[in-house]
Amino acid sequence: MKTKSGIEINEQIRWKDISPGGTVFSAGSAHHFKTGDWRTMKPVWNPETCKQCLLCVPVCPDTSIPVTSKARQDFDFDHCKGCGICFKVCPFKAIDFVKENK
Amino acid sequence: MSYSFKEAMNKPERLTGGHRMCAGCGAPIAVRGVLRALKEEDEVVIANATGCLEVSTFMYPYTAWKDSFIHNAFENAGATLSGVEAAYNVLRKKGKVKENYKFIAFGGDGGTYDIGFQSLSGAMERGHDMVYVCYDNGAYMNTGIQRSSATPRYAETSTTPLGTASQGKQQFRKDLSQVMVAHDIPYVAQTTFLSNFKDLHEKSEKAIYTKGPAFLNVLAPCPRGWRYATEDLMEICKLAVETCYWPLFEVVHGEWKLTYKPKSKLPIEDFLRPQGRFKHLFAKGNEHLIAEIQADIDRKWVELLKRCDI
Amino acid sequence: MAIRERMSGNEAIATAMKQIHPDVFAAFPITPSTEIPQYFSSYVANGEVDSGLVLVESEHSAMSVCIGSQSAGARTMTATSSCGLALMWEMLYVAASNRLPITMALVNRALSGPININADHSDSMGARDSGWLQIYSENNQEAYDNFIQAVRIAEHPEVQLPAMVCQDGFITSHAIENIELIETEKVRAFVGDYEPAASLLNAAEPIAIGPYDTVNYYMEHKRQQAEAVKNATVVLLQVAVEFEKMTGRKYGLFESYQLEDAEAAIVIINSAAGTAKATIDAMRAAGKKVGLLKIRVFRPFPMNEIRQALENVGAIAVMDRSEGFSAAGGPVFAEVRSALYASEKRPHLINYIYGLGGRDVTTGHFEEIFETLLKIEEDKQSGEVYRYLGVRE
Repeated sequence: MKTKSGIEINEQIRWKDISPGGTVFSAGSAHHFKTGDWRTMKPVWNPETCKQCLLCVPVCPDTSIPVTSKARQDFDFDHCKGCGICFKVCPFKAIDFVKENK
Repeated sequence: MSYSFKEAMNKPERLTGGHRMCAGCGAPIAVRGVLRALKEEDEVVIANATGCLEVSTFMYPYTAWKDSFIHNAFENAGATLSGVEAAYNVLRKKGKVKENYKFIAFGGDGGTYDIGFQSLSGAMERGHDMVYVCYDNGAYMNTGIQRSSATPRYAETSTTPLGTASQGKQQFRKDLSQVMVAHDIPYVAQTTFLSNFKDLHEKSEKAIYTKGPAFLNVLAPCPRGWRYATEDLMEICKLAVETCYWPLFEVVHGEWKLTYKPKSKLPIEDFLRPQGRFKHLFAKGNEHLIAEIQADIDRKWVELLKRCDI
Repeated sequence: MAIRERMSGNEAIATAMKQIHPDVFAAFPITPSTEIPQYFSSYVANGEVDSGLVLVESEHSAMSVCIGSQSAGARTMTATSSCGLALMWEMLYVAASNRLPITMALVNRALSGPININADHSDSMGARDSGWLQIYSENNQEAYDNFIQAVRIAEHPEVQLPAMVCQDGFITSHAIENIELIETEKVRAFVGDYEPAASLLNAAEPIAIGPYDTVNYYMEHKRQQAEAVKNATVVLLQVAVEFEKMTGRKYGLFESYQLEDAEAAIVIINSAAGTAKATIDAMRAAGKKVGLLKIRVFRPFPMNEIRQALENVGAIAVMDRSEGFSAAGGPVFAEVRSALYASEKRPHLINYIYGLGGRDVTTGHFEEIFETLLKIEEDKQSGEVYRYLGVRE
């Protein structure tokens, strides 16, 4: 995430360089922040059992089930927080919910 | 436009991962669902009242919003977005802005039912072309689960704790959706997360693409405040609807339409039992408390059916 | 060619707004600034302006709408007084910290309680820490001129701060006086087009406004904001020079009236300066060396400039038309005294709280004050520092 003048915004940024008013110009910059290490449980996707019904896709609070050409891909483990909603919602038991080993 | 679930799921996301909402939070699910109803070619400005959603999705310098976003204060998402919309109308006429913009405000029940109520009411009354979406999780969650006027009766919150002199929140919930209908705005709807999200999607689409002010009330469970296992969110929503705790309806130009009638209405206990905030209601001797809640649900359900001409 | 007119201070502001022709005007009525939204609404109704008009349901919402609108790239204005300003207090800070050049006409009126609708400066003085630029006006001409300049100052890339132009409620806002208006095309050319640094409605570059700042960022944002206020001092003077070229009317950070060789002087803000000037003229004719310093720009506070202007005066009375309830004098007194602390010379400095809730102040009062000051200068004794004028003891 950079300011308009191209300076990286981090906790070392000086007052002269910080973006005025706290306005952020990089839309969607939160994507760079990894919340995957929050997990204590982890979903496991079984692509063979998966029928691509996509019912898991809208229930993810963290936009961590990417969809390409109307087919779900594997979890975005950089951001998945392991809440398990998708596991409960899958009608085909194509998602397992296991302990996260760090 | 008929709902194509797969088409909808294939759309590019407008809310990224990497925000700081709790694991299993209902609020970002609501946001993703509502924003999915936008046409891909449409621009949007999103306003957010201070609360869980705002603080977690815009922590400097990280923003989870791919579109333009403004947070102002706790009680003024309605007024703030009114200002953006007013500016858009003027600048569009002057040719300074060429794109098609939609305006959507998100506020929790705190910033909508209570401290933000006046601002919301003014915005709706003035007729701005905007949508206000309340993600109703039934308490001031961001500051530590204090009661709001949306908190259900007898819920335990940090300002309605249990004790020898208290069984939880004293008042029944405020029916904000009805208050919004009384503003005579073109579209009001109550919805939540069910199966393939058709209900939420269609209502969001109607809200966004109906000219004038629209209000959406979305039940968005909070695993921390309601005290249920995070993975059970969809089940909780289903129970809320099947027990008629959270009826699904829409009001189009003042005409009430029930959008879902449970085949067999479940007892309210089924909704209360999985939630830790109602655990005390299941203690021996408290059956009358549940009976009170049931009576209130029943009365309001009958009134709603009458309004919907059923 | 100047246009000779006569109008109230409220109408003067409304006229300035009409000529500037903002994109959006959002306001809630409150006495005595009510006429400003009323005038502006009639301009919209008559098709004289095509600004967006948002008639909000409270002053807090007025400032909220202004913030939303200005963030969307629209030049936005509002007007209020007293409790209205107090109600939008929370949002004043946000407008300033978001670096939005919103302009506001503040018609000074006493804060409640008890409720009072007449002029005093407790409202704007109460907002002196909000980060807004504050420019004060003695009469309708100054209010008009200040408002036009305020738009340029606020929008300057080195400033980007909201500005309030103040005038006394009823005394200036409602009294009809002569005024010289500027031709509309000249006003338009002077303020130019609003070119925002960023806008919510720039589809090529969506932005997010109003973050949650952790401990690690907040202070840098504030330091940067403070630098902008410092820059405003320079910009204010630059804009005044340009304004003088256009109109012949000269403005600075303050006005010095018969101050150069004064032995006794008062420091004052807004309309009562006019009354004091009449006293000064009479006393000067009688050979007394009296003068005044009328503060025009209170925020930023012209610390060094005020010190330089005052340090050679023997006895000074700072007039406060508001109480700060510090038990030690009013806010203007505190800041002027602070300015003089850096001086090696030590003028005798006293404070009068006057005119609260619209309590009248007369030339007779000022004559007494000057006589008191001259005596203080002679005796080299200040006596009581924190004084009240015009209250029944």
